Amino acid sequence: MSTLIWVAVALVVVAVYLSWTAGRLDRLHSRLDAARAALDAQLLRRASITQELGTAGVLDPASSMVLYQAAHAARQAEEEHREVAESELSQALRAVFEEPAQVEAVREAPGGEAALEELAEAVRRVPMARRFHNDAVRAARALRRHRKVRWFRLAGHAPFPLAFEMDDEPPAALVARAAH
Amino acid sequence: MKIGIVCPYSWDVPGGVQFHIRDLAEHLTRRDHEVSVLAPADDETPLPPYVVSAGRAVPVPYNGSVARLNFGFLSAARVRRWLHDGAFDVIHIHEPTSPSLGLLACWAAQGPIVATFHTSNPRSRAMIAAYPILQPALEKISARIAVSEYARRTLVEHLGGDAVVIPNGVDVGFFADAEPKEEWQGDTIGFIGRIDEPRKGLPVLMRALPKILAERPRTRLLVAGRGDEKEAVAGLPEHLRDRVEFLGMVSDEDKARFLRSVDVYIAPNTGGESFGIILVEAMSAGAPVLASDLDAFAQVLDGGAAGELFANEDADALATAAVRLLGDPDRLAELRERGSSHVRRFDWSTVGADVLAVYETVTDGTSSVDADDRVGLLTRLGLTRD
Repeated sequence: MSTLIWVAVALVVVAVYLSWTAGRLDRLHSRLDAARAALDAQLLRRASITQELGTAGVLDPASSMVLYQAAHAARQAEEEHREVAESELSQALRAVFEEPAQVEAVREAPGGEAALEELAEAVRRVPMARRFHNDAVRAARALRRHRKVRWFRLAGHAPFPLAFEMDDEPPAALVARAAH
Repeated sequence: MKIGIVCPYSWDVPGGVQFHIRDLAEHLTRRDHEVSVLAPADDETPLPPYVVSAGRAVPVPYNGSVARLNFGFLSAARVRRWLHDGAFDVIHIHEPTSPSLGLLACWAAQGPIVATFHTSNPRSRAMIAAYPILQPALEKISARIAVSEYARRTLVEHLGGDAVVIPNGVDVGFFADAEPKEEWQGDTIGFIGRIDEPRKGLPVLMRALPKILAERPRTRLLVAGRGDEKEAVAGLPEHLRDRVEFLGMVSDEDKARFLRSVDVYIAPNTGGESFGIILVEAMSAGAPVLASDLDAFAQVLDGGAAGELFANEDADALATAAVRLLGDPDRLAELRERGSSHVRRFDWSTVGADVLAVYETVTDGTSSVDADDRVGLLTRLGLTRD
């Protein structure tokens, strides 16, 4: 009789532990969703302000074309090409805003100051959001690889989380301006 | 935005983390955010209006020294109540790995959590043992901030994942506008820090002093900080002892005036530094800095561009560098200028904007912070992932 009680107690303990782990996993997945949404918002914000600058006529035609193209491609990119398209947008931004003189020229144009401010903020926040996202991915993966999660299929049908890898180095001249 | 900040160390004991939190809270309040700080404090201590006491911290031997920590059911209940009453959009926990309020808050909260890692201590044995217990709490943190690239490296090595680097802030204007004091001017070198704490490096400076005085006998060393003054000069030859002046503990205002007055500020720290706020303060006040080449210091000084570095614990190297600097007014002027422009990135206007950017990034599209109510087993079985 007492063996039966012990078995029952052990089963309850295991069940509580698994339930608690499922709760942890659930929380990690919602953190991941939030981080992904935040990254998405920052990337879109960066593309929009770049597109705005490209069509505002404050830059020379060649730079405008480059920025407009890159921003447009980044916004239209399919999920599997997005990392490449966003990296190309970073490269385009670096190419255009490499020179402090270029930044000054935009600043002097009407409305340029506000636009630059917003762009500087966007290029600063994309790497932040990406680090937070990839950090959440790592935490979720660490738990999902664990035996208890795999054996009892605690993750359900949630897709295996993937890191978002891209070149998010901001243009030096823009960041230097923002620091002042 | 409603922001809750958790301070792990006693509010009544002065310290780097506490000052950082105080300045951050005041900066955010000026920007029209609602800030509440939860900190351990004696019930009798007068607290600023934005601080909520989490009860008295208990001195416990931890990690090789006596730390004042908060734990137990009472503190946990206070943390929960604070979270519940505050209804914060985001909470910002400092030092979440110290077994104190930070960890309790991490354990008890859900929603957007930002954490700042200040220390870059090597992984302690307690941490290794506690890792499986810490992990479920630490994985709730949505955004991690490290105070320097060095602190970030330690964090990544020990806990994995990644963090953004946001340096500690300094009110540059406060130091830049201070009035120099005449009696502290003229061939003076300065040192600020605990006298009896060997890691602050005063012994190294004392060993270097005879050589500096041999070359430049008019030099005076000014020391500001607590500790046994007699013991500090014990290693110095009798006739040189009057070249050292002890000022004791100085107020914030006097510290700024001190840094405005000295010809060279020397930071001979031998280790245990993850940032080096004093160097930023010295540069803000326009003092040329000569510091040991700790990782954290080299980074704050921009790899030696904004201040001079000497080999750590090498008194001869310190003496040589100091003598060279004191005899070269052009170089001193150059360092003053470079330092002043370099510190602008550490000003609260920049640092505060970055911290706010982190808050906004993690609160985008999520609900606010709440106490993490334990879901019962049955509910959870009924609510498997959809």
